[in-house]
Amino acid sequence: MAKMNTILSTSNLSIGYKTKKVAVTIAQDLNLTFDSGKLIALIGANGIGKSTLLRTITGIQSPLAGSVFLKGKSISTYRPLDLAQSLSLVLTEKLPPSNLSVFELVALGRQPYTNWVGNLTPEDIVKVNEALTLTQIEHLTSKRHFEISDGQLQKVLIARALAQDTPLIILDEPTTHLDLLHKVSLFKLLKKLTKETQKCILFSTHDIDLAIQLSDEMIIMTPETVMQDEPCNLISKGSFNTLFKDEHIVFDAEKGKFIVS
Amino acid sequence: MFFASISLGSVNIPFRDVYTSLTGGQASKSTWEYIIINYRLPKAITAVLVGTGLSISGLLMQTLFRNPLAGPYVLGLSSGASLGVAFVILGAGFLPSFLKVIALSSYGIVLASTLGSTLVLLLVLLVSQRIRDTMAILIVGLMFGSFTTAIVSVLTYFSTAEQLQKFTFWSLGNLGNLSWKSITVLAVSVVFGLVLSAGSIKPLNALLLGENYAKSMGLNLKKARLIIIFATSILAGSITAFAGPIAFIGLAVPHIAKLTFQTSNHMILFWSTLLFGAIIVLFCDIVSQMPGFDVTLPINAITSIIGAPVVIWLLVRKRNFK
Repeated sequence: MAKMNTILSTSNLSIGYKTKKVAVTIAQDLNLTFDSGKLIALIGANGIGKSTLLRTITGIQSPLAGSVFLKGKSISTYRPLDLAQSLSLVLTEKLPPSNLSVFELVALGRQPYTNWVGNLTPEDIVKVNEALTLTQIEHLTSKRHFEISDGQLQKVLIARALAQDTPLIILDEPTTHLDLLHKVSLFKLLKKLTKETQKCILFSTHDIDLAIQLSDEMIIMTPETVMQDEPCNLISKGSFNTLFKDEHIVFDAEKGKFIVS
Repeated sequence: MFFASISLGSVNIPFRDVYTSLTGGQASKSTWEYIIINYRLPKAITAVLVGTGLSISGLLMQTLFRNPLAGPYVLGLSSGASLGVAFVILGAGFLPSFLKVIALSSYGIVLASTLGSTLVLLLVLLVSQRIRDTMAILIVGLMFGSFTTAIVSVLTYFSTAEQLQKFTFWSLGNLGNLSWKSITVLAVSVVFGLVLSAGSIKPLNALLLGENYAKSMGLNLKKARLIIIFATSILAGSITAFAGPIAFIGLAVPHIAKLTFQTSNHMILFWSTLLFGAIIVLFCDIVSQMPGFDVTLPINAITSIIGAPVVIWLLVRKRNFK
């Protein structure tokens, strides 16, 4: 099961919330694998538990049963600093007001490696510049983070995650608020990054047709089950039709997109 | 600025004499030397401690609560200290006479103030353990403020004019009248608080991206938050105890530093806030001494007169506060 290039895997994982008396299970018996060099999309209807799944595999929330293995070691045994060197995040939340420049923001990604005051070593600066080059935002470095567009900010946040230099990057709905052009360019950027850096990138999204075309693997969450496979296999299995409980939304396997009938 | 603060006052002493008496020499008049060593120097040192401490505690709060209008006041620490002092000064009438003497001595007031702010600190810590939302903690701090004002107004109803006057004087703030012993205690507390703050520079920078990003970058959020709150409480609590509640310094100085250097990097902000804090409180102190006049104005009035317009001007000029 655990191949050489597997970065993160789950074994019989049950996710959900534990209230005082009852445990609410959202999904159970999840056996997912996240391999290096793969761009993986997580899709599912609103409220299905995508965030819970992401929170659980990033160690923020503890699983109801089963375990999450990061590089062969249970994620619950990781210290915060070690975890930060293995896994980086791009979140949907708005940044608090500050005067941070794009360079400073990306450089914050080096925090798990810097000393107690956070001084950047020459190596840190090399990593930051690499991240800026990979995301093609060198021209923005001296701009303040509130002066740039949403699409540019999303790239900056991805650059920050790249600077954190982790084998796994997880993005929570990175394409929300973006128009089609920027959505496509962001997906292409993620695809390029997985190929050039051999990182594994997992992202949740509602842009299913784009994800089908550009991701290597997809994870589909439905109330009954969670499936992980390559997009073409999922299409031939008819998995996309189970995604939405609405007879008017039908997945057209030929065209690879949803049709409203 | 430090020398100017010592030199200027109701009696103006030339710089040269200030320098000689500070370096151990003889000033041209022995009364000058007496004024410098026993009055002006302790006052200037207090001003520096108050300025640096309050400003840094304001900087810590603004980053921790992601709120540009946060300061030691918002946490309710100064209110807690005021409540302690109000109880002692205004409530002394209810105490037996021998306790009354102890309570009304300056040590009694310092003790009451420290107890008050420590109590609020413990309550805030308790709340922050139960509620993860920092905005909620901020609201709790505001509630402490309202609560204190209410209790104080109830107490004033039962107190004599003399007691009321004493409390009013304390609440106007005063940098002078501190013995060398009190200054030593204040200095130790402020330096301790500043060292804790300096150790929090990196966590503070991480918090600029919000708590979730900070955590994802390996920050032990609970520990960092506890240290930052603790440092603020020590700084604000000890300063309020010795110098009274001094308004606007904690709020305004970090903004002046942020605007001057156009940065959010706490490595720069920490040192610039430290410097600006000292300079601005010394300046306010000089103004309050009214060089050449016989009267001394309350420091709190000066900081408010200078501070309030500065904050309003900052808010109007800088629109990207959101």
